[in-house]
Amino acid sequence: MVVFMRNPVSSALSMVLSFLGLAGIFIGLNAYFVGILQILVYAGAIMVLFIFIIMLLDVKDEESHPRKGLALTAGVLIPMVLIIQLVGVIATDEKSPSAPELTLGVAAEDYRPGSVIHTKLTSGSLPDIHLIGNKLFTDYNFPLQVIAVLLLVATVGCVALSKKSVAKNSSDHGSNKPDQG
Amino acid sequence: MPTPSLTEYLIISGLLFSIGLGGVIIRRNIIVIFMCLEMMLAAASLTLVAFSRFNVTSKGLPDYDGQMLVFFIITVAAAEVAVGLAIIVSLYRARQTIHTDELTSLKG
Repeated sequence: MVVFMRNPVSSALSMVLSFLGLAGIFIGLNAYFVGILQILVYAGAIMVLFIFIIMLLDVKDEESHPRKGLALTAGVLIPMVLIIQLVGVIATDEKSPSAPELTLGVAAEDYRPGSVIHTKLTSGSLPDIHLIGNKLFTDYNFPLQVIAVLLLVATVGCVALSKKSVAKNSSDHGSNKPDQG
Repeated sequence: MPTPSLTEYLIISGLLFSIGLGGVIIRRNIIVIFMCLEMMLAAASLTLVAFSRFNVTSKGLPDYDGQMLVFFIITVAAAEVAVGLAIIVSLYRARQTIHTDELTSLKG
């Protein structure tokens, strides 16, 4: 659906739908935090950014551009080969495991009695966000700071990119600036 | 109700990845190509979450290392989308088109 919609806006909206379905699969896999993150970041922020850019650029439909036969053939054939290989490899595994049980009571012994994680584990619910936070700020502290720097770099990069093109526009052909974008 | 096995999650993930790959190859609109790239990243995330759930630690909790990696993937994807869309906007300003067929020369 994402691939074959001619209008980019309907393509983007079907993308939101597929991300929501993916978030549902994540929640079914006991990964509540990642599922919520998927909805908030992908379906919320990123797709809004995409739709905003589509509307800003006033993208025409692909009606005037006929599909190339070669690209269509390659685009169907190569993923098909990938799928066949994947199914072939996976089908060699005779017994595929189903999800193992989570023993929350046993896991609670690792944590200090009285802490939130211990209380929730003994009462039988999975404190997903607390466990992820615990892991994030102990084992993964350094990658977290690297990610923070990366986000800063991305922000600065965005500002630099848009600033540079504006300056180039105004210096090259400043008179016809209003009809662009 | 039978619970889905690891194989089914892996096949769904591979299917999603293949749809994204097909989109990248077929489409000519650079924004849609970018969205298909996002879909391939999401397929990789699905694989990681499935492995994280099926690889239970000795204490009986899911292996949270996989979910950490998914967290970082989502963060990097957000940064990548921001920078990529800025590049697309400046490309559109320079060329007035976003079809890859018409973007054939390198010199701006």
